[in-house]
Amino acid sequence: MTGPGIFLAFAALAIYSAVDHDTRKFFVTGVVVASVYALGAIGLNLIYGVLKFGHFAQGDSMMLAAYLAFFVVSGSILGERRDTQVLPVHLDDLPGSTDPIWELTFGYSLLLGIIGAGLLMSGILVLLDRLIYRRLRERRGNIVIFSIASLGLALAIRSSMLIFWGPNPRSYVEGIHPALHLPFDIVLKGDQIFIIVTAVVMAAAVYSLLMFSKLGKAMRAVADNPELALISGINTDQIFVWTWVIAGWLIAVAGVLLALQAQLNPNLGFIIVLPLFASAILGGIGSPLGAIGGALIVGITQEVSVGLEVSVFGEHLLPLAAGYKFSVAVVLLILILLVRPQGLFGREPA
Amino acid sequence: MKTRLFVITSNVAPLSAVLITAAVILIPAERSGWDMSGTASQFVFFLTTVLIYSIFCIGLNVQWGYTGIFNFGVAAFFLVGSYTAAVFVKGDPPPPDPVTGQDYVQYIGGFGDDLNLFPALGTDEWLPFIVAILMAALVAGILAFLIAIPALRLRGDYLAITTIGIAELLRAIVVEEPSLFNSSKAIPDIPSPLSGLFSSSEYDYVYVGLLVLLVGLLFLLVERSIRSPWGRVLRAVREDEIATSACGKNPFEFKTQAFVIGAMIMGVGGAVYGFDRHSLSPDTFAPISTTFLFWTMVMVGGSGNTKGAILGAYVVYGFYFAMIQVQGYDLPGWISTTRISALRDTAIGLLIVLVLLWRPHGLLPEEARVSMWVERRLRRGGKGGPAPPLGPALDKPDK
Repeated sequence: MTGPGIFLAFAALAIYSAVDHDTRKFFVTGVVVASVYALGAIGLNLIYGVLKFGHFAQGDSMMLAAYLAFFVVSGSILGERRDTQVLPVHLDDLPGSTDPIWELTFGYSLLLGIIGAGLLMSGILVLLDRLIYRRLRERRGNIVIFSIASLGLALAIRSSMLIFWGPNPRSYVEGIHPALHLPFDIVLKGDQIFIIVTAVVMAAAVYSLLMFSKLGKAMRAVADNPELALISGINTDQIFVWTWVIAGWLIAVAGVLLALQAQLNPNLGFIIVLPLFASAILGGIGSPLGAIGGALIVGITQEVSVGLEVSVFGEHLLPLAAGYKFSVAVVLLILILLVRPQGLFGREPA
Repeated sequence: MKTRLFVITSNVAPLSAVLITAAVILIPAERSGWDMSGTASQFVFFLTTVLIYSIFCIGLNVQWGYTGIFNFGVAAFFLVGSYTAAVFVKGDPPPPDPVTGQDYVQYIGGFGDDLNLFPALGTDEWLPFIVAILMAALVAGILAFLIAIPALRLRGDYLAITTIGIAELLRAIVVEEPSLFNSSKAIPDIPSPLSGLFSSSEYDYVYVGLLVLLVGLLFLLVERSIRSPWGRVLRAVREDEIATSACGKNPFEFKTQAFVIGAMIMGVGGAVYGFDRHSLSPDTFAPISTTFLFWTMVMVGGSGNTKGAILGAYVVYGFYFAMIQVQGYDLPGWISTTRISALRDTAIGLLIVLVLLWRPHGLLPEEARVSMWVERRLRRGGKGGPAPPLGPALDKPDK
């Protein structure tokens, strides 16, 4: 009963914060943040399900993808500022590509940039699989070895971003833009609506791919039992490659959305690893659909806990200081490991 | 050709140690215009840091190398050990900050000036520090025990993410609660043991001597317990938990013990780090400059070999130190200092991956025989048992 109990407790928090006028804006931000977490955590669970290891470079790969999009859009390479060392050809050069679409801050160049980042990111992940993970698989190494390798890669990715684009924060488009006032007193920026919509579309696409395509069926078979899948005639090595390709697209979209939500900087990746894993484990590791639920819980709780005011016996419990935002994910993670390690929506361990 | 190559690769350990030693001596010497006293003090600083870091590596090696526990939160035990020890040795707080007028925090322990039980023995110079080191070990051990309850029964990567999370959580608490440890303003003026008896120029050498004693003591303790029946159970747990429990040993119990003992050693490392640097701020405990570095050291040195852990600390920190020295040169503008330190961290990250791919047992692989009883028989000319497999279960699928 712990699973539904925790879920109901969270639902009460979510409904309260959504109904209360003062905290509604934190709830809305929470939903936006959760959309980004959801895509990252789906990718995490996909890799976990098929390749059976915790991909600790997930956050840093998202950050890398966001920089790749920045690179193809602005052409900026090796520079502390935006206009230093620009490649001769880049997407912002296309006619009218930077004119804002609707209420968004960016034009179609960033949409093309997401596609470019997706292509590059899938390629990079497949290459890393060939160079590193496949060799470790051939040695039939302990699962932990894969995780250590991905942690090493995470550090290498983060630091090489510092080499190329420096420590200064970047954004795809400079300048501020006004928020939209929607019904029910919801205040959202155009970009934030874009984040939610894109995340929903992407999640739906991956879900239907997993559920209704032959590839998805094969992936689920490999996730369930690799040996049985292999003797049933499924080319497991090919499935591993396709898993990285799909994960690469998820990571690329999630990364660009993350950079739209916050600013683009090399530390973005490490900060987000904890909420991503918390979402994945909360939803039940290996379950892509559970990751969405987990991400909503982590995202909304995280934002509301720095906004909501709660006092118990005159002691101020909430709001927390803003520096604790990401600690909320850690606390949720430890709680869930204590009471229900298989996750809220996960199956009982065999 | 093949044999030559073999000779070279089998001598990588001494070769790398020699190369690193040359780099850490020659680069500072060249930079200071071959001023030997400056070079010597740089080398002493290097040795001090290596010795402190090797304490963390010995602790991590007990957890990962011998027991296969995936602790990625070394920074948490480092932080807890440092701050606990600092709180116990700090005397009265310094006068209020001249710029902001804020008071520094008054600490509860502050044995610094109060623990002079037998003035004839000069107890104020060493007793508070021993108490502080023991307390640091105790508190780090308690933290490890608390983490072990939810996380150690689960699969390895759960523990990894939990320990990363706890390290970040503790760092956030230090930053956000200035009334605890002065937040990012840092705890200043942490005293050092025996510092009242020597001049400051002599003291650096004395502290290296103290650290050598401490590292030697920990080394003997760990080696002795690893070669005991208890240590054999640890390695059995690492290789196959199910088989170990079939032999009537509870793997969770042994893993908890190894995790707590490793964490206590890390707590000691944190304590002596504070005594050396005299000041602690939360930035010190960022994962990149602590946890990642210690993992690289243990992986490079050789998981499951205490000597390897110390050699790894020497080689990897030597590389780190040499890169810091290179930053001091007058470099062309496009090689900024940010780029060099980023390059250094990239190399540290890639080093982990390369070691996993090419040399999974590290520079000094785990020694084949680890039972004192077998070794004694071997020395008498008897037959030893079969050699156990090398290193943490790198070659076996996880069960």
